[in-house]
Amino acid sequence: MIVAERKPIEQIQEMIGDFKKVLVVGCGTCVAVCMAGGEKEVEILAEELRLWRKLNGEDGYTYDEVTLTRQCDKEYLEEIRDRIGDYDAVISTACGAGVQFLAEVYEGRLVFPALNTKFIGVAEGAGVWTQRCMACSDCILEWTGGICPMTICPKNLLNGPCGGTNHGKCEVDPDKDCAWTLIYRRLEKLGRLEKFKQIHAPKNYNPMTKPGSYVHAAYQEEGESTDGQ
Amino acid sequence: MSEPEKKSDGNGEEAAAPAIDFEPKIVAFACTYCSYTAADLAGSMRLSYSTKVRIVKILCTGRIDTISLLKAFEEGADAVYVAGCEIGDCHFLEGNIRGKQVVQYTKKLLAELGIEPERLEFFHIAASDGPKFAEVADEMTQRARRLGPNPIHARAMGIQTPQGGREQAPSGEGEGQTGRQPA
Repeated sequence: MIVAERKPIEQIQEMIGDFKKVLVVGCGTCVAVCMAGGEKEVEILAEELRLWRKLNGEDGYTYDEVTLTRQCDKEYLEEIRDRIGDYDAVISTACGAGVQFLAEVYEGRLVFPALNTKFIGVAEGAGVWTQRCMACSDCILEWTGGICPMTICPKNLLNGPCGGTNHGKCEVDPDKDCAWTLIYRRLEKLGRLEKFKQIHAPKNYNPMTKPGSYVHAAYQEEGESTDGQ
Repeated sequence: MSEPEKKSDGNGEEAAAPAIDFEPKIVAFACTYCSYTAADLAGSMRLSYSTKVRIVKILCTGRIDTISLLKAFEEGADAVYVAGCEIGDCHFLEGNIRGKQVVQYTKKLLAELGIEPERLEFFHIAASDGPKFAEVADEMTQRARRLGPNPIHARAMGIQTPQGGREQAPSGEGEGQTGRQPA
């Protein structure tokens, strides 16, 4: 899932400056799971902002809270249609996608991001997430035994390690594992080392052209292709 | 607090020269099975301790959430503490571990806002440890006096805090003035 981290409070305080009525809008999906922008975190953020004002002896500031199921779907964003106009500014605790969508759907409203979106990752344990995917649009996990060299290898190598592989560690960062050593060990365990010997053509980076776009086959119009062209 | 004492004198607080003379408000969240029982025992033993502590009885310190602690400070508490069972003795097995973790995390948030993290603490108090309950109550009251009033409390009492800002506590973490609006 998308992993994000809440920005330092000083940055958020600077963004909202002197706005008197601010709505903090949360997201109940990815950012709730990584404890950055869900209902609980929205509650804490709004309370921190209230405390900040009160400690400074400043009255007249309102920080309201609402958490949507998620902010990357228009139907959920509709929930705040009736009340968003009451506020001077909105802080969104969604990932970058949600913040932008909220800003787009409510064009004309000031929307500020409360989070720094980090990566697509997994939970290694309580409170610990690591990146596993960089959305390269051409998944090769089939022949790497389920380990992604695009994500782990600094050079994005596709055909085995570089000359700098050092007892399982990477020459670019000796604290990091060499992706291809991991892949070799995994394929060995799976009994599929012949996959390691296959040579693969240089990666086609076209699918990664930004901004990406994808239309599901069931919704494509006549003559339209997957990337919306 | 220097020496632990079985009985405290007078209203139970050490004589110190507070920077600002005021009546501190301390909130204590005490768990039903251990620390509240200890509080009861302190009463039965006729121990004297700080009269400034308002005890909130909760089922287990695992119930404590960051928001409860932040709200206590918003309401003007000068110090807040959460008292749970000794490790391994929690009636709900790991509630005290969770409570302690929540307190450690909330201290970081307080530091970001310029509130000294020492104003918040987690203590382990066994049900049979009435004297420790009294000690802890006195210690937190002492901390509140030493650190001065919560600015929100000070304003409610009509007291001016030094320079409109906060003095950074010697052992506090984080930047005291971070994120504050210029006076």
